Formats: sequence, structure tokens, C-alpha cells
Amino acid sequence: MLKELKPAFVLLVLMTLITGVLYPALVTGLAKVLFPSQANGSLIVQDGKAVGSALIGQPFSDPKHFWARASGTSPYPDNASASSGTNQGPTNPALAEAVAGRVKALREADPGNTAPVPVDLVTASGSGLDPHISPAAAEYQVARVAKARGLDAARVRALVAESTEGRQLGFLGEPRVNVLKLNLALDAPEKK
Amino acid sequence: MTSNLVLQCGFYLAVLIALAKPLGAYMARVYSNEPALLNTLGAPVERLMYRISGIDEKHEMRWTQYALAALAFNLLGFLAVYALQRLQGSLPFNPQALPAIPADSAFNTAVSFATNTNWQGYGGETTMSYLAQMLALTVQNFVSAATGMAVLIALIRGFARKSADTIGNFWVDMTRSTLYVLLPLSVILALALVSQGVVQTFSAYQTVPLVESVEYDNPKLDAAGQPVKDAKGNPVTEKATQKEQVIAVGPAASQIAIKQLGTNGGGFFNVNSAHPFENPTPLANFLEMLSILVISGALCYTFGKMVGDTRQGWAILAAMTIVLVAMLAVAVAAEQSGNPLLTKLGVDQVATAAQSGGNMEGKETRFGIANSALWATATTAASNGSVNAMHDSFTPLGGLVPMLMMQLGEVIYGGVGSGLYGMVVFALIAVFVAGLMIGRTPEYLGKKIESFEIKMASVAILMPPLVVLIGTAVAVLVEPGKAGVANPGAHGFSEILYAFSSAGNNNGSAFAGLSANTPFYNTALGFAMLFARYWLLVPVLAIAGSLAAKKTVPAGAGTLPTHGPLFIVLLISTVMLVGALTFVPALALGPVIEHLQMLAAR
Repeated sequence: MLKELKPAFVLLVLMTLITGVLYPALVTGLAKVLFPSQANGSLIVQDGKAVGSALIGQPFSDPKHFWARASGTSPYPDNASASSGTNQGPTNPALAEAVAGRVKALREADPGNTAPVPVDLVTASGSGLDPHISPAAAEYQVARVAKARGLDAARVRALVAESTEGRQLGFLGEPRVNVLKLNLALDAPEKK
Repeated sequence: MTSNLVLQCGFYLAVLIALAKPLGAYMARVYSNEPALLNTLGAPVERLMYRISGIDEKHEMRWTQYALAALAFNLLGFLAVYALQRLQGSLPFNPQALPAIPADSAFNTAVSFATNTNWQGYGGETTMSYLAQMLALTVQNFVSAATGMAVLIALIRGFARKSADTIGNFWVDMTRSTLYVLLPLSVILALALVSQGVVQTFSAYQTVPLVESVEYDNPKLDAAGQPVKDAKGNPVTEKATQKEQVIAVGPAASQIAIKQLGTNGGGFFNVNSAHPFENPTPLANFLEMLSILVISGALCYTFGKMVGDTRQGWAILAAMTIVLVAMLAVAVAAEQSGNPLLTKLGVDQVATAAQSGGNMEGKETRFGIANSALWATATTAASNGSVNAMHDSFTPLGGLVPMLMMQLGEVIYGGVGSGLYGMVVFALIAVFVAGLMIGRTPEYLGKKIESFEIKMASVAILMPPLVVLIGTAVAVLVEPGKAGVANPGAHGFSEILYAFSSAGNNNGSAFAGLSANTPFYNTALGFAMLFARYWLLVPVLAIAGSLAAKKTVPAGAGTLPTHGPLFIVLLISTVMLVGALTFVPALALGPVIEHLQMLAAR
């Protein structure tokens, strides 16, 4: 084994140079030139200031905003420097309790609405940072947001449609609504 | 099940199988030292590397020297990863000023990455500096995968050579795997991922304002950074308001590309490929999922090509794919049917055009059920272990699938190299069993399979279950083992069984509720990973050496053809029987009980 240690050591150093230094540096350099916005976190810039990332969810609880997926990060939700799911198992009583609490909060914010709640709206995402909800979860909230803002439901629906992405290439993944983009669009006219 | 779900799964399998031949043929050329575009271009670099390292590329190794070279290289890799973690606090490229990693966690992670397991007891963005991510982890992602591929190629030479003493040169096989297979594919994949939104930067974490500030209960810490507890032992909290979001970034794309291609699975961020910066779109998800299995699938073709009969490779690939599809069907059906306990709370889990429905706890909206279940099946079929959804929150049967996939020994596609060498070991057992039934000396690919090969194969097949079952048994008996459990009841047992199944088969995925970053789990799982990797790798090389020394016997009337449906069925049966007989009792105590409890509570 001693005889093998010298080539092992030198080759490890060379491999470290190639795969641990040159390779990430090459990818970083090319990414900077080809895809600068994505490489830096797909930040949404308004009036020269970053107001969030198009890929990172934020927590919402105001009836005037669309609400997002629940988040399992600690110590506060959507903590983007410590991603985490809840890791609650399907039969864990804490899961049922948390879901029941979220259903209750949604119903209290929108007393007339007795429809079943779309599952993604009352469960926690895998990352704790999911930027999206399903179109069904957005539709569930349209009437509440429209009422809270004194807007026409059709106007709110139009904004939802603008923030909706279909399946990629027509069949990959699931249709989804970007909650941060949607809420920023809702807030934008108020400033004017 | 919706038609789109079937379409997505079908498209994935079609692309996977379609790439097996072109990629497999290319790899066969690389390992046979025949000119292919990249090895012609790279030859000067390769030769320079050998000259600096004092390696004679023409030198042929006996199996013992090959094994010692692999072990020496892995040992130094382990030490490098350990040292870089312990010293990261005083090294550059650490913009978040993350401190040195404790000894037990550093040991666990170093073993984990050197053995191609990539189990992660730590959370990436809160633990590892950019330097440690690149110099320690990314490097091992390449070379631990290349080690697996090299050992497979040595085993293939054992079948292909006649009356030979040697099985190739470890340094050359490892270097070529890295330079001509893993590295070029990684550069392409990394850039494709950045185009979709995966971050790649050396900047510090970004800070943005929150649209709505959040009030929360912040756990109070004492001077030593430990949570303060009240008289009843509950943590003391104070009200706090969060007005901004600190967004972790880093050189992620370069690491994610090789983590997928090298069946490593160690995420840049804590939640792995569920993180929107690690896996931002359905297309990124498709490419990452494809990368999990594509090399392992193509190596089957390489195998057939190099032993001189491509039908042999296709037969093994067919056996792997049949098991994969069957397991996938179970996982998809279980996750799509949702959690009956939530339905009675007024939750709508039905799949429609406007939502994927199903069990969405721990899953991302953009992936839905189809891509989460497909990923879970693929990542545990291979010894990849990356996740795009939290397996701990899967339905009991949906969680049983990834657990059983690992317990089968990571031979359904499996890790790059290691999956196929594991499957060939099962093939030896299969022809041995068939030989016993008809009373003839078994043969495989023209080589007589005799007692030495079967002894080595038995060691390789029995070691992982031994590690998994003994490890689980110890952990559920001792206090530090039970203390890590997050979910009550049968699910808590599943968390421990999953952890040892993962470490004991070099997978690396987790039921992540288990608090495994403790001295007990870091040590126990660390040793499980070491046993699982090297008690397979060394016996496989011994088989390679023994086979290479044998003459080839021509196929006779009593030879079992190993390229037809009969052999495929025999091979699948052998894998399933060994796995089922070993693990059914343990699975019954975990996911099966939980499934029945869930139905009863409905």
C-alpha cells in the first residue's frame, strides 16, 4: 500500500486542481457571461433595488395578498439561509393539527368560502421556500383578495394568469403560480 | 392517474434507454483506449498527469495491487475532506465566516463523500464554506464516482481476458473516467442548470426585503449558544420580527451537476434538489433526474460491448428496468392517492388540470406528484440519494419504495460502476442457483463460476443487509439512537431503518426528520458506509482477478443462455428474493404497520 501512496497523493492533488478549482471556476466564468441574472439568484429588481428572488418564496398572511405554501424552516418561515421541510410523517398527529390550523386560518379570512382547500395550500413544501402554488390554490383565494382590495374578481384573475407558468415544453412538471410576482403585481398599482 | 403523469414517466424512461447505446459505446472506446474525440484531445493532459504522479500507464495490475491503489486513493481523499472541514474557519472562500466542523460530523461527511454515499448529517448552507464545498466535496464527487467506474471496468476485464494475471491499471481507469466521462458531461449539465436558474457565484448571501414582515418566536440562546430552557424543559422564546430575507447562494451548479451524474447525491443546500436554487424548473428537474441513471444505464451497454456480446448488457439493463418500472408504479400510485387523514379536514387532494393533488406535504408545487415519485424511485434505484421532495413525509407505501430499493443492494441501475458490479455479483448467484438445479458447474460469459467466486459474491451480498439490520437493531435499543427520532410510532422506526438502509448501501438519502448529526449517528452511520463500500469493492476485485486467470469454456448444450428472458426472470427473482427474505420482517414493523394504521384511522 505504501508504494501506492505517492501516485495516490499526487493524483489527488491534480484532481483537486482540475475538478475542485478549474471546473467550478470555468462554470462560474461561463455562467457570469451567459446567464448573469440566473447565476446570481434570479433577483427581481424594481427601481434599481432587489425586492426578492423569483425563485424563493416569501411568507404572506395578509388577506389582501395571495398566501403561499407553508414553510418548515426555522426560526421563521421561508428562511432562505436555512432551507428545510417539516419532515412530518403522514400519520404524525402534528401534521393533521398543522393542516387543520391552516384550513381554519384560510376559512376565517374568507368566511363565505366553504369549498375544499387545495392540498398544496395547506401543506408545507419540501424546501420551505417553494415560490409557487397551484392554479387551484390561487383560484381558491381570488374572491378573498378581490374583496379585501375592493377590486373586480376578473381583474385579480387576470393578474393571476400573468403570474402563471404552464408545463414546461407543454408536458413537463406542473402548472404553477408565482406568489411573490403575483403579490408584487397586486401591490404595484396602489403606489401610483 | 392522469395521462400527463404516464407521459412524463414514459418520456423519462424512453430518453434514458435511448441514451444507453451511444453513451455506452463511447465509454467502451474510452476504456479500451480506442480513439474517441475527447480522449484524443485530452491525451496530452492525461499523459502529463501520469508523468507528474510517476505513473506508468502501460503497467498492468494484479487484483491485489488494483485494490490497494483504490484503497490508498480513497484513504487520502477521506483525510483531505476531513482536514478541509476541520480547518475551513481559517481558510479563504468562506464569506459567511462559517466555523470549523466538529470532529464527529467531519468524520461522517468525509467517509460519506469518499465512499460515494453522500449521506449528509449537516445542512449545506449553514455549515460548509464555498472552499469546502468545492475542494473537498466536489472533488470527491468526481473521484469516488470514478473509483466505482474503474472497479467495474476491472471486473469486466476479468470476464474478457483469458488466463491473465492482471485486470488493468487503477490510476488510468480512474483518470479516464473523470476526464473523459464525468467532467465533460458535468460542464454541459452545469451550464444547462444555470440557464434554468441554478445559482453559480462566489458572492456572499443576498439580502432582500420581505413584502410582509413576519413575527415569530425566537428561541433564546445563552452565552454558549445553547437554547435556554425553562423549569419544565421547554425552550424559552422571545418575540421577534423579521423584515428581510437572507438568501443563500454559492457555486452550486458545478457541484449539482456532478452530484447527479456521479450518483453522489450530496446537496449544496440542506433540502437538496427540492431547493429552488438547486432545481428551479421542471426542465432542470428532468435533466437532473436523467443524470441520476444515465451513466449507470449506459455502462450496461459498455459491459456488453467489452465482453464481446452486447445482448448480455441489454439483458441486465432489461432486468433493472423491469424492477424500476414496477417500483415506480407503486410509488406514484401511493403518493397520488394522497393522505386519507387530510381529506376529512376539508382538503382537496384530487388531481385536476389546476392541481396535481395527492400527498403534497414535503413536495414542491412545480414537481407535483409525478416528478417527486419518479425522482424518489430513481434516486434510490441508483445509489444517488439526492431528493427533490422530503421522503419522510411520503405516504407509508410511497416511502417503502425508496427504502426497499436501497435494501435490494443498489443494483437497479445502482451507483455509477458500483450498481453494475453489484448486479453482476447477483448474476453469479443466479447462474449458481440455476446450476444447482440442473447439477452442472455454472458458467457466466464463458467463465466457470466456482467456489471462490461464490464465496466472494456471498460476502458482497450479505455484508450490506448485515450492516443495515444490526445497525437498526442497535439504534432502536440504545437511548442516543431513539433520541434522534422525529415522528412518533411506527414511522419513527422507519426513520432509523431508512438511515441504516441508506448508509449501509451507500445511497445517502434520508427520512430527514431523524436528527442524525449526533456523535452516535455520525459514528454508527460512518462505519456502516465504510463496510458497505469496501466489503463490496474488494471482493468484487477478487472475483475479477480470479476470473481473469481462468480459461474460457465454449458454450455447450447445458449452458444457460444469459441474454434471454429466462435469465432476466432468474436474475430479477434472485435480487427480489434476497432482498425480500432479508427485509420483509423489518419493513413490516415500519411502513407496513403505518399503512394499516393510516387506513384504520380514516
